[in-house]
Amino acid sequence: MAVIIRTERLTKKFVDLVAVDALDLEVEEGEIFGLLGPNGAGKTTMLLMLTTLLRPSSGTARVNGFDIISQSHQVRKSIGIVFQTPSSDDTLTGYENLKLHGMLYGMPKALREERIKEVLKLVDLTERKDGLVKKYSGGMRRRLELARGLMHHPRVLFLDEPTLGLDPQSRETIWEYIEGLSKREKISIILTTHYMEEADKLCSRLAIMDRGKVVALDSPANLKKVIGGDVVLLKIGNPDLERVKQLEFVKKVQVKGSSVALTVTNANEHLFEILQTIGKVESVEVRVPTLNDVFLSYTGREIREDSPEGGWAERMMNYQSRS
Amino acid sequence: MNEITGILAIWYREFKVFLREKSRIVASIINPVLWLLVFGGGLGSSVRISGLNYQAFIFPGILAQVVLFSSIFFGVYIVWDRKIDFLKEVLVAPISRTSIFVGKVIGGTTDSLIQVLILLVMGWIFGTTGFIPGLHLTPFSFIAAFLILIVTTVSLVSIGLIVGSQMESPEGFQLITTFILFPIFFLSGSLFPINNLPRWLEPLTLADPLTYSVDALRQVILGTSRFSLLHDLSIMAMFMVLMIALGTYAFKKMKL
Ligand SMILES: Nc1ncnc2c1ncn2[C@@H]1O[C@H](COP(=O)(O)OP(=O)(O)OP(=O)(O)O)[C@@H](O)[C@H]1O
Ligand SMILES: [Mg+2]
Repeated sequence: MAVIIRTERLTKKFVDLVAVDALDLEVEEGEIFGLLGPNGAGKTTMLLMLTTLLRPSSGTARVNGFDIISQSHQVRKSIGIVFQTPSSDDTLTGYENLKLHGMLYGMPKALREERIKEVLKLVDLTERKDGLVKKYSGGMRRRLELARGLMHHPRVLFLDEPTLGLDPQSRETIWEYIEGLSKREKISIILTTHYMEEADKLCSRLAIMDRGKVVALDSPANLKKVIGGDVVLLKIGNPDLERVKQLEFVKKVQVKGSSVALTVTNANEHLFEILQTIGKVESVEVRVPTLNDVFLSYTGREIREDSPEGGWAERMMNYQSRS
Repeated sequence: MNEITGILAIWYREFKVFLREKSRIVASIINPVLWLLVFGGGLGSSVRISGLNYQAFIFPGILAQVVLFSSIFFGVYIVWDRKIDFLKEVLVAPISRTSIFVGKVIGGTTDSLIQVLILLVMGWIFGTTGFIPGLHLTPFSFIAAFLILIVTTVSLVSIGLIVGSQMESPEGFQLITTFILFPIFFLSGSLFPINNLPRWLEPLTLADPLTYSVDALRQVILGTSRFSLLHDLSIMAMFMVLMIALGTYAFKKMKL
Protein backbone atom coordinates (compact mmCIF):
# COMPACT_ATOMS: atom_id res chain seq x y z
CA MET A 1 0.00 0.00 0.00
CA ALA A 2 1.13 3.50 -0.78
CA VAL A 3 2.13 5.83 2.01
CA ILE A 4 0.10 9.04 2.02
CA ILE A 5 1.76 10.77 4.97
CA ARG A 6 5.29 10.30 6.16
CA THR A 7 6.78 12.40 8.93
CA GLU A 8 10.52 12.60 9.39
CA ARG A 9 11.62 13.54 12.87
CA LEU A 10 8.84 16.12 12.90
CA THR A 11 9.33 18.45 15.85
CA LYS A 12 7.66 21.54 17.25
CA LYS A 13 9.02 23.47 20.18
CA PHE A 14 7.22 26.32 21.88
CA VAL A 15 9.94 28.17 23.74
CA ASP A 16 11.14 25.39 26.07
CA LEU A 17 8.16 23.07 25.65
CA VAL A 18 8.49 20.29 23.11
CA ALA A 19 4.92 19.84 21.87
CA VAL A 20 5.80 17.31 19.16
CA ASP A 21 9.00 15.40 19.69
CA ALA A 22 10.88 14.07 16.63
CA LEU A 23 7.99 11.99 15.35
CA ASP A 24 8.39 9.38 12.66
CA LEU A 25 5.03 8.19 11.44
CA GLU A 26 3.59 6.66 8.32
CA VAL A 27 -0.04 6.74 7.33
CA GLU A 28 -1.18 4.51 4.53
CA GLU A 29 -3.40 5.55 1.71
CA GLY A 30 -7.08 4.97 2.34
CA GLU A 31 -6.83 4.17 6.02
CA ILE A 32 -8.45 5.90 8.93
CA PHE A 33 -5.60 6.68 11.25
CA GLY A 34 -6.24 7.75 14.81
CA LEU A 35 -4.23 9.92 17.17
CA LEU A 36 -5.24 9.30 20.72
CA GLY A 37 -3.90 11.12 23.71
CA PRO A 38 -4.66 13.31 26.71
CA ASN A 39 -4.84 17.10 26.68
CA GLY A 40 -1.60 18.68 25.61
CA ALA A 41 -0.22 15.50 24.03
CA GLY A 42 0.56 17.43 20.85
CA LYS A 43 -2.19 16.15 18.56
CA THR A 44 -3.42 19.52 17.36
CA THR A 45 0.10 20.84 16.96
CA MET A 46 0.88 17.86 14.78
CA LEU A 47 -2.16 18.45 12.57
CA LEU A 48 -1.41 22.14 12.23
CA MET A 49 2.07 21.28 10.99
CA LEU A 50 0.78 18.66 8.55
CA THR A 51 -1.72 21.17 7.18
CA THR A 52 1.05 23.77 6.67
CA LEU A 53 -0.36 26.24 9.19
CA LEU A 54 2.49 25.84 11.66
CA ARG A 55 6.11 25.63 10.63
CA PRO A 56 8.00 22.74 12.22
CA SER A 57 10.95 23.66 14.45
CA SER A 58 12.84 20.83 12.80
CA GLY A 59 12.16 17.79 10.70
CA THR A 60 9.54 17.69 8.01
CA ALA A 61 6.78 15.59 6.51
CA ARG A 62 5.31 14.60 3.18
CA VAL A 63 1.61 14.69 2.59
CA ASN A 64 0.32 13.13 -0.62
CA GLY A 65 3.91 13.15 -1.84
CA PHE A 66 4.50 16.85 -1.22
CA ASP A 67 6.80 18.41 1.33
CA ILE A 68 4.90 20.45 3.92
CA ILE A 69 7.55 23.16 3.99
CA SER A 70 8.74 23.57 0.42
CA GLN A 71 5.55 22.51 -1.38
CA SER A 72 2.94 23.84 0.99
CA HIS A 73 0.65 24.99 -1.80
CA GLN A 74 0.38 21.49 -3.27
CA VAL A 75 -0.15 20.10 0.20
CA ARG A 76 -3.04 22.50 0.76
CA LYS A 77 -4.55 21.41 -2.52
CA SER A 78 -4.57 17.81 -1.33
CA ILE A 79 -6.12 18.25 2.09
CA GLY A 80 -9.13 19.25 4.10
CA ILE A 81 -9.33 19.88 7.83
CA VAL A 82 -11.92 20.27 10.52
CA PHE A 83 -10.29 22.30 13.26
CA GLN A 84 -10.70 21.67 16.93
CA THR A 85 -11.91 25.21 17.55
CA PRO A 86 -14.67 26.74 15.43
CA SER A 87 -13.39 28.62 12.42
CA SER A 88 -16.55 29.56 10.59
CA ASP A 89 -17.68 33.16 10.26
CA ASP A 90 -20.63 33.67 12.54
CA THR A 91 -21.88 36.81 10.79
CA LEU A 92 -22.64 34.58 7.81
CA THR A 93 -25.32 31.93 7.48
CA GLY A 94 -24.52 28.24 7.39
CA TYR A 95 -25.13 28.13 3.68
CA GLU A 96 -22.90 31.14 3.07
CA ASN A 97 -20.07 29.56 5.01
CA LEU A 98 -20.31 26.46 2.85
CA LYS A 99 -20.53 28.46 -0.36
CA LEU A 100 -17.48 30.45 0.67
CA HIS A 101 -15.63 27.22 1.33
CA GLY A 102 -16.58 25.80 -2.06
CA MET A 103 -15.32 28.95 -3.72
CA LEU A 104 -12.05 28.92 -1.78
CA TYR A 105 -11.50 25.40 -3.05
CA GLY A 106 -12.33 26.30 -6.64
CA MET A 107 -15.34 24.02 -6.90
CA PRO A 108 -17.51 24.63 -9.96
CA LYS A 109 -20.92 26.02 -9.10
CA ALA A 110 -23.03 22.97 -9.95
CA LEU A 111 -20.85 20.60 -7.97
CA ARG A 112 -20.69 23.07 -5.12
CA GLU A 113 -24.45 23.35 -4.82
CA GLU A 114 -24.83 19.60 -5.02
CA ARG A 115 -22.29 18.99 -2.27
CA ILE A 116 -23.73 21.72 -0.09
CA LYS A 117 -27.10 19.99 -0.27
CA GLU A 118 -25.52 16.63 0.47
CA VAL A 119 -23.52 17.70 3.50
CA LEU A 120 -26.30 19.87 4.91
CA LYS A 121 -28.54 16.85 4.84
CA LEU A 122 -25.87 14.72 6.43
CA VAL A 123 -25.47 17.00 9.41
CA ASP A 124 -29.18 17.70 9.54
CA LEU A 125 -28.91 21.45 9.05
CA THR A 126 -30.89 21.81 5.83
CA GLU A 127 -33.68 23.66 7.59
CA ARG A 128 -31.34 26.01 9.40
CA LYS A 129 -29.02 26.71 6.50
CA ASP A 130 -30.16 30.30 6.08
CA GLY A 131 -29.89 31.13 9.77
CA LEU A 132 -26.91 33.09 11.03
CA VAL A 133 -24.22 30.88 12.54
CA LYS A 134 -24.20 33.29 15.50
CA LYS A 135 -27.58 31.86 16.44
CA TYR A 136 -26.58 28.19 16.15
CA SER A 137 -26.09 26.04 19.21
CA GLY A 138 -22.59 24.71 19.92
CA GLY A 139 -23.44 21.31 18.48
CA MET A 140 -25.04 22.78 15.37
CA ARG A 141 -21.99 24.85 14.72
CA ARG A 142 -19.79 21.81 15.16
CA ARG A 143 -21.90 19.95 12.63
CA LEU A 144 -21.58 22.82 10.19
CA GLU A 145 -17.80 22.78 10.51
CA LEU A 146 -17.80 19.07 9.86
CA ALA A 147 -19.99 19.50 6.81
CA ARG A 148 -17.61 22.11 5.54
CA GLY A 149 -14.53 19.96 6.01
CA LEU A 150 -16.11 17.01 4.24
CA MET A 151 -17.56 19.00 1.41
CA HIS A 152 -14.67 19.16 -1.07
CA HIS A 153 -13.64 15.49 -0.80
CA PRO A 154 -9.91 16.01 -0.35
CA ARG A 155 -7.32 13.26 -0.80
CA VAL A 156 -6.39 13.53 2.85
CA LEU A 157 -8.78 14.65 5.52
CA PHE A 158 -7.72 15.79 8.97
CA LEU A 159 -10.32 15.76 11.70
CA ASP A 160 -9.35 17.32 15.02
CA GLU A 161 -11.79 15.82 17.50
CA PRO A 162 -14.60 15.65 14.96
CA THR A 163 -17.44 14.67 17.24
CA LEU A 164 -16.53 16.55 20.40
CA GLY A 165 -19.64 18.02 21.93
CA LEU A 166 -22.12 16.12 19.78
CA ASP A 167 -24.99 14.05 21.07
CA PRO A 168 -24.67 10.28 20.59
CA GLN A 169 -27.05 10.20 17.67
CA SER A 170 -25.27 12.88 15.63
CA ARG A 171 -22.03 11.18 16.50
CA GLU A 172 -23.18 7.88 15.01
CA THR A 173 -24.35 9.60 11.83
CA ILE A 174 -20.99 11.30 11.45
CA TRP A 175 -19.14 8.04 12.04
CA GLU A 176 -21.13 6.32 9.33
CA TYR A 177 -20.42 9.12 6.89
CA ILE A 178 -16.72 9.14 7.67
CA GLU A 179 -16.55 5.38 7.16
CA GLY A 180 -18.51 5.61 3.92
CA LEU A 181 -16.36 8.45 2.67
CA SER A 182 -13.20 6.55 3.36
CA LYS A 183 -14.52 3.52 1.46
CA ARG A 184 -16.22 5.23 -1.48
CA GLU A 185 -13.79 8.01 -2.19
CA LYS A 186 -10.58 6.36 -1.02
CA ILE A 187 -9.92 9.35 1.17
CA SER A 188 -7.24 8.91 3.79
CA ILE A 189 -8.38 10.22 7.15
CA ILE A 190 -6.36 11.24 10.17
CA LEU A 191 -8.41 11.97 13.22
CA THR A 192 -7.66 12.88 16.79
CA THR A 193 -10.02 11.93 19.51
CA HIS A 194 -10.60 11.48 23.19
CA TYR A 195 -13.38 9.02 22.62
CA MET A 196 -12.22 5.45 22.92
CA GLU A 197 -15.34 4.21 21.28
CA GLU A 198 -14.72 6.41 18.29
CA ALA A 199 -11.13 5.32 17.91
CA ASP A 200 -12.13 1.71 18.33
CA LYS A 201 -14.92 1.84 15.80
CA LEU A 202 -13.35 3.95 13.08
CA CYS A 203 -9.61 3.57 13.07
CA SER A 204 -7.69 0.93 11.21
CA ARG A 205 -4.58 1.94 13.12
CA LEU A 206 -4.04 4.03 16.15
CA ALA A 207 -1.12 5.97 17.55
CA ILE A 208 -1.23 6.63 21.25
CA MET A 209 0.46 9.94 21.93
CA ASP A 210 1.77 11.28 25.18
CA ARG A 211 3.89 14.38 25.70
CA GLY A 212 4.77 14.76 22.04
CA LYS A 213 5.79 11.15 21.51
CA VAL A 214 4.06 8.10 20.14
CA VAL A 215 4.03 5.49 22.88
CA ALA A 216 2.21 2.76 20.96
CA LEU A 217 1.04 2.21 17.42
CA ASP A 218 -1.10 -0.63 16.10
CA SER A 219 -4.61 -1.65 15.22
CA PRO A 220 -7.09 -1.21 18.06
CA ALA A 221 -7.48 -5.00 18.33
CA ASN A 222 -3.74 -5.61 18.59
CA LEU A 223 -3.32 -2.82 21.08
CA LYS A 224 -5.90 -4.46 23.26
CA LYS A 225 -4.22 -7.84 22.89
CA VAL A 226 -1.12 -6.31 24.38
CA ILE A 227 -3.00 -6.09 27.63
CA GLY A 228 -2.86 -9.86 27.55
CA GLY A 229 -6.31 -10.77 28.73
CA ASP A 230 -9.60 -9.58 30.12
CA VAL A 231 -9.95 -7.18 32.96
CA VAL A 232 -11.54 -8.27 36.22
CA LEU A 233 -12.43 -5.45 38.56
CA LEU A 234 -13.07 -6.28 42.19
CA LYS A 235 -14.00 -4.36 45.28
CA ILE A 236 -12.64 -5.99 48.36
CA GLY A 237 -12.90 -4.81 51.93
CA ASN A 238 -9.55 -6.17 53.02
CA PRO A 239 -7.49 -7.13 50.01
CA ASP A 240 -5.11 -10.01 50.54
CA LEU A 241 -3.88 -10.88 47.10
CA GLU A 242 -0.83 -13.03 47.66
CA ARG A 243 -2.63 -16.22 46.74
CA VAL A 244 -4.30 -14.71 43.66
CA LYS A 245 -0.92 -13.66 42.34
CA GLN A 246 0.10 -17.32 42.37
CA LEU A 247 -2.64 -18.29 39.91
CA GLU A 248 -1.07 -18.93 36.51
CA PHE A 249 -3.88 -17.28 34.46
CA VAL A 250 -3.61 -14.00 36.41
CA LYS A 251 -1.19 -11.87 34.46
CA LYS A 252 -1.22 -8.67 36.39
CA VAL A 253 -2.57 -7.26 39.63
CA GLN A 254 -3.13 -3.56 40.28
CA VAL A 255 -4.45 -2.27 43.59
CA LYS A 256 -5.83 1.12 44.36
CA GLY A 257 -7.41 1.35 47.83
CA SER A 258 -10.14 -1.21 47.95
CA SER A 259 -10.32 -1.54 44.16
CA VAL A 260 -8.40 -4.30 42.49
CA ALA A 261 -7.85 -4.72 38.78
CA LEU A 262 -6.72 -8.13 37.55
CA THR A 263 -5.61 -8.94 34.05
CA VAL A 264 -6.75 -12.47 33.39
CA THR A 265 -6.64 -14.78 30.37
CA ASN A 266 -10.10 -16.13 29.66
CA ALA A 267 -11.63 -14.45 32.66
CA ASN A 268 -15.05 -16.03 32.25
CA GLU A 269 -13.66 -19.55 32.62
CA HIS A 270 -11.55 -18.71 35.64
CA LEU A 271 -13.81 -16.34 37.49
CA PHE A 272 -15.09 -18.93 39.92
CA GLU A 273 -11.59 -19.99 40.87
CA ILE A 274 -10.51 -16.42 41.38
CA LEU A 275 -13.42 -15.68 43.66
CA GLN A 276 -12.80 -18.85 45.62
CA THR A 277 -9.20 -17.88 46.11
CA ILE A 278 -9.96 -14.37 47.24
CA GLY A 279 -12.93 -15.11 49.40
CA LYS A 280 -15.35 -12.35 50.25
CA VAL A 281 -15.73 -9.53 47.69
CA GLU A 282 -18.14 -6.62 47.56
CA SER A 283 -18.53 -6.49 43.77
CA VAL A 284 -17.17 -8.05 40.61
CA GLU A 285 -17.03 -6.81 37.06
CA VAL A 286 -15.51 -8.61 34.10
CA ARG A 287 -14.86 -6.84 30.85
CA VAL A 288 -12.85 -7.16 27.69
CA PRO A 289 -10.05 -4.59 27.67
CA THR A 290 -10.86 -1.17 26.23
CA LEU A 291 -8.49 1.28 24.70
CA ASN A 292 -8.73 3.09 27.98
CA ASP A 293 -6.98 0.15 29.61
CA VAL A 294 -4.42 0.24 26.84
CA PHE A 295 -3.86 3.89 27.40
CA LEU A 296 -3.56 3.39 31.11
CA SER A 297 -1.01 0.66 30.73
CA TYR A 298 1.17 2.71 28.39
CA THR A 299 1.04 6.09 30.08
CA GLY A 300 0.07 5.24 33.62
CA ARG A 301 -2.73 7.77 33.26
CA GLU A 302 -6.40 7.64 32.44
CA ILE A 303 -7.52 9.29 29.29
CA ARG A 304 -10.55 11.18 30.29
CA GLU A 305 -13.44 11.43 27.96
CA ASP A 306 -14.55 14.67 29.47
CA SER A 307 -11.33 16.58 29.57
CA PRO A 308 -10.61 18.92 32.46
CA GLU A 309 -10.93 21.82 30.09
CA GLY A 310 -14.49 20.83 29.39
CA GLY A 311 -16.25 19.82 26.24
CA TRP A 312 -15.99 21.45 22.91
CA ALA A 313 -19.00 23.67 23.44
CA GLU A 314 -17.68 24.95 26.74
CA ARG A 315 -14.28 25.58 25.28
CA MET A 316 -15.97 27.55 22.58
CA MET A 317 -17.82 29.62 25.14
CA ASN A 318 -14.63 30.33 27.06
CA TYR A 319 -13.04 31.21 23.83
CA GLN A 320 -15.67 33.71 22.93
CA SER A 321 -15.91 35.31 26.31
CA ARG A 322 -12.21 36.06 26.19
CA SER A 323 -12.92 38.74 23.62
CA MET B 1 -8.51 30.10 -12.39
CA ASN B 2 -8.59 28.77 -8.85
CA GLU B 3 -6.92 31.93 -7.69
CA ILE B 4 -9.68 34.02 -9.26
CA THR B 5 -12.50 32.11 -7.57
CA GLY B 6 -10.45 32.36 -4.38
CA ILE B 7 -10.30 36.13 -4.71
CA LEU B 8 -14.03 36.19 -5.43
CA ALA B 9 -14.62 34.04 -2.36
CA ILE B 10 -12.86 36.52 -0.07
CA TRP B 11 -14.67 39.40 -1.71
CA TYR B 12 -18.01 37.58 -1.37
CA ARG B 13 -17.47 37.15 2.33
CA GLU B 14 -16.40 40.73 2.96
CA PHE B 15 -19.36 42.07 1.04
CA LYS B 16 -21.84 39.90 2.96
CA VAL B 17 -20.35 41.03 6.24
CA PHE B 18 -20.52 44.65 5.11
CA LEU B 19 -24.19 44.38 4.19
CA ARG B 20 -24.97 42.75 7.49
CA GLU B 21 -23.42 45.46 9.63
CA LYS B 22 -26.10 48.03 8.97
CA SER B 23 -25.22 50.19 11.95
CA ARG B 24 -21.71 50.61 10.62
CA ILE B 25 -22.99 51.79 7.25
CA VAL B 26 -25.36 54.25 8.85
CA ALA B 27 -22.66 55.61 11.15
CA SER B 28 -20.26 55.93 8.26
CA ILE B 29 -22.75 58.17 6.47
CA ILE B 30 -23.96 60.20 9.47
CA ASN B 31 -20.44 61.04 10.62
CA PRO B 32 -19.24 62.86 7.51
CA VAL B 33 -22.55 64.67 7.22
CA LEU B 34 -22.07 65.94 10.76
CA TRP B 35 -18.59 67.12 9.91
CA LEU B 36 -19.80 68.81 6.79
CA LEU B 37 -22.90 70.46 8.19
CA VAL B 38 -22.08 71.11 11.84
CA PHE B 39 -18.31 71.58 11.84
CA GLY B 40 -18.27 73.07 8.35
CA GLY B 41 -21.35 75.19 8.95
CA GLY B 42 -20.16 76.39 12.35
CA LEU B 43 -16.66 77.37 11.31
CA GLY B 44 -17.88 78.45 7.89
CA SER B 45 -19.97 81.22 9.39
CA SER B 46 -16.75 83.16 10.05
CA VAL B 47 -14.22 81.57 7.69
CA ARG B 48 -13.83 81.69 3.93
CA ILE B 49 -10.90 80.13 2.14
CA SER B 50 -9.55 81.38 -1.20
CA GLY B 51 -12.91 82.88 -1.93
CA LEU B 52 -14.72 79.62 -1.23
CA ASN B 53 -17.46 78.77 1.19
CA TYR B 54 -15.80 76.75 3.98
CA GLN B 55 -18.21 73.84 3.67
CA ALA B 56 -17.47 73.57 -0.03
CA PHE B 57 -13.75 73.80 0.79
CA ILE B 58 -13.81 70.83 3.18
CA PHE B 59 -16.11 68.66 1.08
CA PRO B 60 -13.17 66.97 -0.71
CA GLY B 61 -11.46 66.56 2.67
CA ILE B 62 -14.53 64.87 4.11
CA LEU B 63 -14.66 62.49 1.15
CA ALA B 64 -11.07 61.56 1.89
CA GLN B 65 -11.88 61.21 5.57
CA VAL B 66 -14.65 58.71 4.90
CA VAL B 67 -12.32 56.64 2.78
CA LEU B 68 -9.55 56.91 5.35
CA PHE B 69 -11.56 55.65 8.30
CA SER B 70 -13.41 52.97 6.44
CA SER B 71 -10.32 51.62 4.67
CA ILE B 72 -7.91 51.54 7.59
CA PHE B 73 -10.45 49.95 9.91
CA PHE B 74 -11.35 47.42 7.28
CA GLY B 75 -7.71 46.41 6.93
CA VAL B 76 -6.93 46.26 10.60
CA TYR B 77 -10.02 44.13 11.12
CA ILE B 78 -8.10 41.14 9.88
CA VAL B 79 -6.97 40.71 13.49
CA TRP B 80 -10.57 39.87 14.19
CA ASP B 81 -10.43 37.09 11.58
CA ARG B 82 -7.46 35.78 13.47
CA LYS B 83 -9.21 36.00 16.79
CA ILE B 84 -12.33 34.14 15.66
CA ASP B 85 -10.05 31.59 13.95
CA PHE B 86 -11.66 32.27 10.60
CA LEU B 87 -8.19 33.11 9.37
CA LYS B 88 -7.30 29.41 9.68
CA GLU B 89 -10.00 28.46 7.21
CA VAL B 90 -8.63 30.97 4.72
CA LEU B 91 -4.95 30.20 5.24
CA VAL B 92 -5.42 26.46 4.84
CA ALA B 93 -7.27 26.88 1.53
CA PRO B 94 -5.35 26.20 -1.67
CA ILE B 95 -5.00 29.83 -2.71
CA SER B 96 -1.92 32.00 -2.58
CA ARG B 97 -1.34 34.65 0.04
CA THR B 98 -1.29 37.20 -2.77
CA SER B 99 -4.83 36.23 -3.74
CA ILE B 100 -5.97 36.53 -0.14
CA PHE B 101 -4.48 40.02 -0.03
CA VAL B 102 -6.06 41.00 -3.34
CA GLY B 103 -9.45 39.65 -2.26
CA LYS B 104 -9.24 41.67 0.94
CA VAL B 105 -8.26 44.83 -0.91
CA ILE B 106 -11.14 44.47 -3.34
CA GLY B 107 -13.50 43.81 -0.42
CA GLY B 108 -12.36 46.88 1.49
CA THR B 109 -12.43 49.04 -1.62
CA THR B 110 -15.99 48.02 -2.34
CA ASP B 111 -17.09 48.99 1.18
CA SER B 112 -15.40 52.39 0.96
CA LEU B 113 -16.64 53.21 -2.47
CA ILE B 114 -20.24 52.47 -1.62
CA GLN B 115 -19.95 55.06 1.15
CA VAL B 116 -18.19 57.46 -1.20
CA LEU B 117 -20.97 57.14 -3.76
CA ILE B 118 -23.60 57.98 -1.19
CA LEU B 119 -21.61 61.00 -0.03
CA LEU B 120 -20.99 62.22 -3.56
CA VAL B 121 -24.70 62.04 -4.31
CA MET B 122 -25.41 63.98 -1.12
CA GLY B 123 -22.79 66.54 -2.12
CA TRP B 124 -24.48 66.90 -5.46
CA ILE B 125 -27.84 67.44 -3.78
CA PHE B 126 -26.40 69.96 -1.25
CA GLY B 127 -24.72 71.79 -4.13
CA THR B 128 -27.59 71.99 -6.58
CA THR B 129 -30.10 72.96 -3.91
CA GLY B 130 -27.80 75.76 -2.84
CA PHE B 131 -27.51 74.32 0.65
CA ILE B 132 -23.73 74.44 0.30
CA PRO B 133 -23.02 77.39 -1.98
CA GLY B 134 -20.07 77.01 -4.31
CA LEU B 135 -20.18 73.22 -4.50
CA HIS B 136 -20.93 72.28 -8.08
CA LEU B 137 -20.47 68.64 -8.88
CA THR B 138 -20.50 68.02 -12.62
CA PRO B 139 -20.51 64.55 -14.20
CA PHE B 140 -16.80 65.07 -14.86
CA SER B 141 -15.91 66.02 -11.30
CA PHE B 142 -18.11 63.24 -9.98
CA ILE B 143 -16.30 60.58 -12.01
CA ALA B 144 -12.84 62.08 -11.55
CA ALA B 145 -13.32 62.26 -7.78
CA PHE B 146 -14.49 58.68 -7.77
CA LEU B 147 -11.40 57.48 -9.64
CA ILE B 148 -9.08 59.42 -7.34
CA LEU B 149 -10.80 57.84 -4.36
CA ILE B 150 -10.35 54.34 -5.78
CA VAL B 151 -6.59 54.82 -5.84
CA THR B 152 -6.69 56.34 -2.36
CA THR B 153 -8.76 53.48 -0.98
CA VAL B 154 -6.48 50.78 -2.36
CA SER B 155 -3.48 52.43 -0.67
CA LEU B 156 -5.25 52.89 2.63
CA VAL B 157 -6.78 49.42 2.79
CA SER B 158 -3.29 48.09 2.14
CA ILE B 159 -1.89 50.11 5.06
CA GLY B 160 -4.61 48.72 7.30
CA LEU B 161 -3.96 45.17 6.14
CA ILE B 162 -0.22 45.53 6.65
CA VAL B 163 -0.74 46.68 10.22
CA GLY B 164 -3.50 44.15 10.92
CA SER B 165 -1.66 41.18 9.47
CA GLN B 166 1.23 41.74 11.85
CA MET B 167 -0.89 42.28 14.96
CA GLU B 168 -1.32 39.17 17.06
CA SER B 169 -4.37 40.24 19.01
CA PRO B 170 -6.89 43.08 18.89
CA GLU B 171 -5.39 44.63 22.04
CA GLY B 172 -3.57 47.35 20.15
CA PHE B 173 -6.69 48.24 18.23
CA GLN B 174 -7.40 51.58 19.95
CA LEU B 175 -3.88 52.77 19.25
CA ILE B 176 -4.62 52.66 15.53
CA THR B 177 -6.99 55.59 15.85
CA THR B 178 -4.49 57.67 17.79
CA PHE B 179 -1.35 56.84 15.88
CA ILE B 180 -2.56 56.29 12.35
CA LEU B 181 -6.00 57.66 11.65
CA PHE B 182 -5.94 61.06 13.31
CA PRO B 183 -2.44 62.06 12.22
CA ILE B 184 -3.19 61.12 8.62
CA PHE B 185 -6.49 62.97 8.74
CA PHE B 186 -5.36 66.19 10.40
CA LEU B 187 -2.14 66.51 8.43
CA SER B 188 -3.78 65.96 5.07
CA GLY B 189 -5.14 69.49 4.75
CA SER B 190 -8.69 68.17 4.78
CA LEU B 191 -9.79 71.00 7.02
CA PHE B 192 -7.35 73.80 6.15
CA PRO B 193 -5.31 74.98 3.19
CA ILE B 194 -1.69 73.85 3.19
CA ASN B 195 -0.25 76.88 1.41
CA ASN B 196 1.10 78.92 4.33
CA LEU B 197 1.65 76.48 7.13
CA PRO B 198 4.08 76.97 10.02
CA ARG B 199 7.58 75.69 9.21
CA TRP B 200 7.42 72.63 11.46
CA LEU B 201 4.07 71.52 10.12
CA GLU B 202 4.80 71.65 6.44
CA PRO B 203 7.11 68.61 6.12
CA LEU B 204 4.66 66.49 8.11
CA THR B 205 1.89 67.49 5.76
CA LEU B 206 3.98 66.69 2.73
CA ALA B 207 4.82 63.28 4.17
CA ASP B 208 1.13 62.46 4.57
CA PRO B 209 -0.02 60.36 1.61
CA LEU B 210 -3.59 61.60 2.00
CA THR B 211 -2.48 65.20 1.33
CA TYR B 212 -2.16 64.44 -2.36
CA SER B 213 -5.56 62.80 -2.59
CA VAL B 214 -7.22 65.76 -0.91
CA ASP B 215 -5.32 68.15 -3.17
CA ALA B 216 -6.31 66.24 -6.30
CA LEU B 217 -9.93 66.06 -5.19
CA ARG B 218 -9.97 69.83 -4.60
CA GLN B 219 -8.63 70.35 -8.06
CA VAL B 220 -11.29 68.28 -9.79
CA ILE B 221 -14.19 69.37 -7.60
CA LEU B 222 -13.38 72.99 -6.81
CA GLY B 223 -10.72 73.91 -9.37
CA THR B 224 -8.24 74.98 -6.72
CA SER B 225 -5.15 73.14 -5.49
CA ARG B 226 -1.62 73.49 -4.22
CA PHE B 227 0.08 71.10 -6.65
CA SER B 228 -0.65 70.20 -10.23
CA LEU B 229 -3.01 67.27 -10.79
CA LEU B 230 -0.24 65.33 -12.48
CA HIS B 231 2.01 65.83 -9.46
CA ASP B 232 -0.69 64.57 -7.09
CA LEU B 233 -1.61 61.61 -9.26
CA SER B 234 1.98 60.49 -9.73
CA ILE B 235 2.63 60.46 -6.01
CA MET B 236 -0.64 58.66 -5.35
CA ALA B 237 0.12 56.02 -7.96
CA MET B 238 3.63 55.41 -6.66
CA PHE B 239 2.40 55.20 -3.11
CA MET B 240 -0.29 52.72 -4.12
CA VAL B 241 2.19 50.46 -5.88
CA LEU B 242 4.47 50.59 -2.87
CA MET B 243 1.68 49.71 -0.46
CA ILE B 244 0.46 46.83 -2.61
CA ALA B 245 3.99 45.45 -2.75
CA LEU B 246 4.45 45.83 1.01
CA GLY B 247 1.03 44.35 1.68
CA THR B 248 1.72 41.29 -0.44
CA TYR B 249 4.98 40.84 1.40
CA ALA B 250 3.31 41.25 4.79
CA PHE B 251 0.73 38.60 3.88
CA LYS B 252 3.43 36.17 2.81
CA LYS B 253 5.08 36.63 6.19
CA MET B 254 1.82 36.50 8.14
CA LYS B 255 1.66 33.78 10.78
CA LEU B 256 -1.40 31.96 11.93
N1 LIG C 1 0.83 28.58 20.19
C1 LIG C 1 1.35 27.93 21.26
N2 LIG C 1 2.24 28.53 22.05
C2 LIG C 1 2.76 27.88 23.10
N3 LIG C 1 2.46 26.63 23.47
C3 LIG C 1 1.56 25.97 22.72
C4 LIG C 1 0.95 26.58 21.58
N4 LIG C 1 0.09 25.69 21.02
C5 LIG C 1 0.17 24.59 21.79
N5 LIG C 1 1.03 24.75 22.79
C6 LIG C 1 1.39 23.73 23.80
O1 LIG C 1 1.78 22.55 23.14
C7 LIG C 1 1.29 21.40 23.82
C8 LIG C 1 0.51 20.53 22.88
O2 LIG C 1 -0.69 21.20 22.55
P1 LIG C 1 -1.76 20.60 21.56
O3 LIG C 1 -2.80 21.64 21.34
O4 LIG C 1 -1.07 20.09 20.35
O5 LIG C 1 -2.35 19.39 22.40
P2 LIG C 1 -3.54 18.40 22.05
O6 LIG C 1 -2.98 17.03 22.08
O7 LIG C 1 -4.23 18.83 20.82
O8 LIG C 1 -4.49 18.59 23.31
P3 LIG C 1 -6.09 18.62 23.43
O9 LIG C 1 -6.51 17.21 23.58
O10 LIG C 1 -6.34 19.41 24.67
O11 LIG C 1 -6.62 19.28 22.20
C9 LIG C 1 0.49 21.92 24.99
O12 LIG C 1 1.30 21.82 26.15
C10 LIG C 1 0.21 23.34 24.66
O13 LIG C 1 0.14 24.14 25.80
MG1 LIG D 1 -6.06 19.42 20.34
